[in-house]
Amino acid sequence: MTATLKAPALTRRGVLTGIGGMIFSFAFGTDGTRILPAAPAATGPIPLSPWVRIMPDGSITILTVTEMGQGSGTSIPLMIAEEMDANWDKVVPEWAPSQPELYGWPDRSGQRVMTITGSRAVMMYWDDLRTAGAQVRKVLIANAAEHWGVDPATLKTEPSVVVDPKSSRRLGYGEIAAFGKVPPTLPSIDKSELKTRKDFRLIGRSVPRRDLPLKVNGTAQYSIDVRLPGMVYATSLHSPVHGNSPESWNDAAIKVMPGVLATVKLPNGLGVVAETFPQAMAARRALRVKWSKNKVDGLDSEKALENYATIHADPSAAVKIVDARGDVKAAFAGAAKVYKAEYRSDYTYHAQMEPLNAVARFNDAGDKVEVWDGSQDLGRSRDLIARTLKLKPDQVDVHQCYLGGGFGRRSLADYAVEAALLAWEAKRPVKLVWTREEDLAHGMFRPMTFQCLEASIDASGKVIGWNHCAVGDDGGVGLVSSGMRTSSYYALPNQHLELRNVDQGIRIKHWRAVAHNFNLFAIESMVDEMAADQGVDQVEFRLQRMSITPKARRCVETVAEMSDWTAKRPEGRVLGFAMSERSGSLGACVVEASLDRRVGVIRVHKVWVAADGGIIVQPEASKANVESGIVYGLSSALHERVTVRDGMVEQSNFDDYSVMRMSDMPEEMHVSFIDSDGHPTGLGEISNPAMAPAIASAFRRLTGKRLYHMPFTRDRVLAALKA
Amino acid sequence: MASFTVNGKPVSVGADPKTPLLWVIRDVIGLTGTKYGCGAGFCGSCTVHIDGRAQHSCQVQISAAEGANIVTIEGLSPDSSHPLQKAWITEAVPQCGYCQSGQIMKAAELLASNPKPTRNQIITHMDGNICRCGTYNRIIAAIQRAAREG
Repeated sequence: MTATLKAPALTRRGVLTGIGGMIFSFAFGTDGTRILPAAPAATGPIPLSPWVRIMPDGSITILTVTEMGQGSGTSIPLMIAEEMDANWDKVVPEWAPSQPELYGWPDRSGQRVMTITGSRAVMMYWDDLRTAGAQVRKVLIANAAEHWGVDPATLKTEPSVVVDPKSSRRLGYGEIAAFGKVPPTLPSIDKSELKTRKDFRLIGRSVPRRDLPLKVNGTAQYSIDVRLPGMVYATSLHSPVHGNSPESWNDAAIKVMPGVLATVKLPNGLGVVAETFPQAMAARRALRVKWSKNKVDGLDSEKALENYATIHADPSAAVKIVDARGDVKAAFAGAAKVYKAEYRSDYTYHAQMEPLNAVARFNDAGDKVEVWDGSQDLGRSRDLIARTLKLKPDQVDVHQCYLGGGFGRRSLADYAVEAALLAWEAKRPVKLVWTREEDLAHGMFRPMTFQCLEASIDASGKVIGWNHCAVGDDGGVGLVSSGMRTSSYYALPNQHLELRNVDQGIRIKHWRAVAHNFNLFAIESMVDEMAADQGVDQVEFRLQRMSITPKARRCVETVAEMSDWTAKRPEGRVLGFAMSERSGSLGACVVEASLDRRVGVIRVHKVWVAADGGIIVQPEASKANVESGIVYGLSSALHERVTVRDGMVEQSNFDDYSVMRMSDMPEEMHVSFIDSDGHPTGLGEISNPAMAPAIASAFRRLTGKRLYHMPFTRDRVLAALKA
Repeated sequence: MASFTVNGKPVSVGADPKTPLLWVIRDVIGLTGTKYGCGAGFCGSCTVHIDGRAQHSCQVQISAAEGANIVTIEGLSPDSSHPLQKAWITEAVPQCGYCQSGQIMKAAELLASNPKPTRNQIITHMDGNICRCGTYNRIIAAIQRAAREG
């Protein structure tokens, strides 16, 4: 099979030399925005891209970051365009290069990173990018003022035009770019110089996402679509038991298969390179491998989860205190009533529609590698590839592509590292694609958990004591313990939150809203149980008894009004309620559900979400994000479950790993945002954690029974009905 | 050698006759709008029209496509002007977008035979196509809009 090859049509950075116009190659330092020196920009190992480039024809190129459907690809340049008063129609977004030092946001340690997770892109870039936009505007005004010989303070801007109100003279940004100069230091901007909400022309308006037109005709370029001259294809096989590596395999038999060019040992698997992808897949199927052994061999996840309760009860188990406030012991000792319940959750898989893949190409000298990756963390991709291949970061250039879903999986580029290793060994550009089966079996899952919640109520009926223990694999990065804190919505006076870590050896990772999914299931189910026992309406219980914060109260009251909370529902249907918190945002959620008792199927008919995410930069995209979270959350609550038996993942594809389909959908989803002047916070993960507890709450109202283990599969629903 | 037409152009391919059509469309012909999702006919990302019928191209061997008239997302309209493509933008359907070529091709098959489908007919027809971003209700709205506006 001869391939018709063409170079990928990448909308990437322009070459700096000889393009004219005004180039704002600023970087963000701890001391504010600074201009990069011109010379290194043109001659460095990787050409530095300007954040903003204004051309004499008036077109304006602004860099952007990861786009996986959440809208950041549009909102990042939009924030700059807003403050520089650019004509949005003239703005062309371009992918930022893999240089977090220049294009990242500051993490807690002050290090710049390009991590786009937790639905936080707008939240993290908000201050820097708006300040940068205002600086560009100031430079444009200064150039116009000098050109006209007037005081810059007398000038104003309209979209892409500097205006002199006195003389009615006008200079377009493109006209200024033809003669303008960028100063060595950008002017400083005081916060008071930034626009306020009433001045926004773009932020808060419904600006269509720029990627939409490319996604209805097949032209959006995902990494799996990249085609390079001379490119060959690869796929990899990893140990079916996580953590093992290949010791020996039928190498000779594989190498004589049609089209096979190379077999390559990878950090925890084998790669096969072939002329075509079907040939590589056939070779993968024919591989017979002897794998090493580790503690995961023989693991049974259901049995292992049973043991989590034992770990919880074990006084000698290692405990990490996540948070402690007030006097919990006293709050329980002097309580009018004490509640206790246990909750469980299973492993889940990201199931992003684009299986993991990357394209890699070395230069002829073999000292520089380019990688095409749909990445949630371009800088981390670069660094991981560099570290594994013993290169310096500036020898690695990772080109951003659209992501066919991320959900947390694509912030770790183990697959891109494999592509680079394969390209090195094959001495050819390589496109590595994991099969769906590989993507699932070698997935990185949301950890399974056991949780025990205890709460105490005083004589007035208020919740005063709160004891939450979570058992599971925290991965050292909060995969179990994040999302345990309730204080942004329930400021309970006496709390003890603890983690008991279990390292199962199963690959685990952030999964849309991470630990908030199962923690909010446990927290909100506990609150629901207390409300029911106290004979108080769920909404009223939260408003009266849970030390609710004002921000949370607004969400609860809003969603109660949206859903007409107290109104009668059609026969067989009830409402369930749950709070949610994630990435600085708060949400309140109501579902309308029914139950088919014969077969144990819960159906959600309507969903209402009220969320406070501060200033909403893109209302339409944010609404779509929250809708998406609802569906992801319903999927997790009702369907999704990875099990491990004999050390191996039991599921293999979409036939046995069920996700929401169109026929499972609620007929209605209503999303409303609280009007706010607050700093923008993440919204793409605010709705999914609320789904399981809201459904469990509805189930309790329908049946008087409780669901304690997510997902709520038919077997579990039927068992709960019999309990 | 298997011969068929793709988006009106004749194509002859000398690959193994058992090669799935998907990989010939993507890697030989270079039309990458048709996506690999599961390789097993479970997700619908690879949906194309073969003689007017929506099929999973990952499940069709090229030998079975001999003489067929194949249409991919790139051939649905010359300039994204198909009513479904316009409605998809108006309803802001795509998020990550990876499944949407398959969704649109599957929906186009429906409207070709049933210009005014009911909501239930849409769901029954589209249920084999997975969208992990969960854009299903917007897909339904876009199909209804395309049916309405033509």
